[in-house]
Amino acid sequence: MAKFTFVGGVHPFDGKALSKDKPMKAILPKGELVYPMSQHIGAPAAPIVKKGDRVLAGQKIAQAQGFMSAPVYATVSGTVKAIEPRRVVTGDKVMSIVVDNDQLYEEVEYPEPVPYEQVSREEIIRRIQEAGVVGMGGAGFPTHVKLSPKEPEKIEYVIANCAECEPYLTSDYRRMIEEPEKLVGGMKVLLHLFPNAKGVFAVEDNKPDCIALLKEHTQGEERMSVVSLQTKYPQGSERQLIYAVTGRAIHAAMLPADVGCIVDNVDTVVAVNRAVNEGKPLMNRIITVTGDAVADPRNFIVRIGTNYHELIDEAGGFVTEPAKIVSGGPMMGFALFDLDVPTTKTASALLCMTKDEVSALEPSACINCGRCAEVCPGRVVPKQLADYALRHDLEKFEKYNGLECCECGCCSYICPARRPLTQAIKSARKMVLAEKKKKKEAGKS
Amino acid sequence: MSGLHKVSSNPHVRARATTASIMGTVLIALLPAAAFGVYNFGPRAALLILISVASAVLTEYLFERLCKKKVTVGDLSAAVTGLLLALNLPVSAPWWIPILGSFFAIFVVKLLFGGLGQNFVNPALAGRCFLLISFPAIMTDFNCDAYAGATPLAAIKAGESVNVMDMILGRTAGTIGETSMIAIVLGACILILAGIIDLNVPGSYIVSFTVFAALFAALTGRTVNGPYLSAQLAGGGLMLGAFFMATDYVTRPITKKGQYVYGIFLGFMTAVFRIFGASAEGVSYAILLGNLLVPLIEKYTMPKCFGKGGERS
Repeated sequence: MAKFTFVGGVHPFDGKALSKDKPMKAILPKGELVYPMSQHIGAPAAPIVKKGDRVLAGQKIAQAQGFMSAPVYATVSGTVKAIEPRRVVTGDKVMSIVVDNDQLYEEVEYPEPVPYEQVSREEIIRRIQEAGVVGMGGAGFPTHVKLSPKEPEKIEYVIANCAECEPYLTSDYRRMIEEPEKLVGGMKVLLHLFPNAKGVFAVEDNKPDCIALLKEHTQGEERMSVVSLQTKYPQGSERQLIYAVTGRAIHAAMLPADVGCIVDNVDTVVAVNRAVNEGKPLMNRIITVTGDAVADPRNFIVRIGTNYHELIDEAGGFVTEPAKIVSGGPMMGFALFDLDVPTTKTASALLCMTKDEVSALEPSACINCGRCAEVCPGRVVPKQLADYALRHDLEKFEKYNGLECCECGCCSYICPARRPLTQAIKSARKMVLAEKKKKKEAGKS
Repeated sequence: MSGLHKVSSNPHVRARATTASIMGTVLIALLPAAAFGVYNFGPRAALLILISVASAVLTEYLFERLCKKKVTVGDLSAAVTGLLLALNLPVSAPWWIPILGSFFAIFVVKLLFGGLGQNFVNPALAGRCFLLISFPAIMTDFNCDAYAGATPLAAIKAGESVNVMDMILGRTAGTIGETSMIAIVLGACILILAGIIDLNVPGSYIVSFTVFAALFAALTGRTVNGPYLSAQLAGGGLMLGAFFMATDYVTRPITKKGQYVYGIFLGFMTAVFRIFGASAEGVSYAILLGNLLVPLIEKYTMPKCFGKGGERS
């Protein structure tokens, strides 16, 4: 393949210059911390503390429920104030543990872990599972599940997703620039788990400094390489990334492992490093606080559970009242009607924009221009799927590959009639998937 | 912090192009052809263009006001229809011809079927063909101050020789906007550079027309040579049709494969009409027929999705 890329995609204004050149800054939360029990795909964790308990930073406060789940850890010391439903970024209310921060930041003592080379594969995966590591690119898929394919020896590629294709986001960039050794350390662990795999750091070519730095840090590592991808959204989408790197294409019902690939986001690989090499649970992540409404846009190392209000305060507050606040990037993030929500394992950014381009123009009639189909990385015809979705024709929706949509937002972004295509398709997908789940469960009983 | 912020489903940013900006660019791209028409045929051409655009826009405006619907003339699509229709009229047409044609195009073809995006054939072309059938004498009378006699296509059909250079420049009889190949191609370049059209439809249309025209002309015992084919390409409404009407988003297939099928079909039908038909011209009817086939073409050319073979195209 001549160029590492995929067919389709868009080039939105990237806004990365706002925050990319300022070093990461660790911040200590001041107010209460909220830990939703569901920060991952799968069964919510179950609290193992009760109201009034004193907890320490690094103490497990909720236990995973089954294999497809992940535990949750306290990130400050304090007292459990309540266990109650709290609002999260998606707008839902999720059962959460609320900890009253005593501002002492006392931490548990972590036993020195035995080097991973001396323990079994199962033990390494158990450490990752115990640490509560989940996909930190946004999906929150439990990492230990991803790392447990049926035939680990058939994995040929471990791809570190360093694309960071979402506009405005620079958290992965800062991580790569400031702590490349942690990323490479995590990759070493992953390659140890998959003895027949090559480790690939896949970086978009708008980050040449990262590419150079990672090349430097992987020198002498025969199983590792750095790949420069074409800068295009959604280059970091799992299926498009696998295709760009390996030329192998999977549809929505397949897993990366089916074509011998494992893909993990930068911060996830770093969390694996921390879990396995340092024996510490997942407690913090990097969040880009940015947008033209923020006084001092930059990246923060945030203790998970910190309230979003505190991030804004740390970034110097608002210079102008934002019209729209998004948790995550502008293409796939969640718009917040209120900042009073906690950061979670999957929160990558807080974007505050003074203008809302969505409400600026009302949707009008489709002119059949075909731009949506042209940019769709899933190679479906979004306009047609959105029509089926609006007519509630779920059968046709599925027949014309509605489930192949990855909800990247390219179709809505490009639509000259400003039609909310992604939204319509997303809703229909949810209905089809819920329907399927129901049928499956009915079949079981 | 006061009050609640705006929320919506992702994505939260939008590309710049809007329906109005696309239609506006099409209007600009039609300007060279329109300006050449005025230069070639005189101020009366400008008058017909103005009447046509104004009546198209007014029809849409009045209909929407009377039906208490949202007024959509701001999307400029009605103006594009009016301008295209005018470019398809002979300069000698009386003033009420563009009014009637625009009314038919906008009211019957577009609005009665649900407005923008819902028309099953191109409104401007349907308007033209409606006029052509209703008033054949007016619509095929190309005599004017500047030119007397037949159009170049009619001349070569009758076996006479034509000046190809004049046809490329546009110094011939014909409808207001179709005569100058250079002006039309200039406009087409604007559309291509602005990313509004690609060559899928016009390219396959023009190539397939050339092939079929040569084939059919040879079959009917004509000498097929460079001048003949150049005259066929530069003459009549082929260029205007291929770049500005066959590319109409609403009435061409949305699938890439379908666009090639559609273009080839248009080329074939245009050649059939021009070589075997009674009239010298056939672009309008070919495109209208093609419009009708679009749902069928789309049905059989739906793309494969990513992961099931569609990742490479």
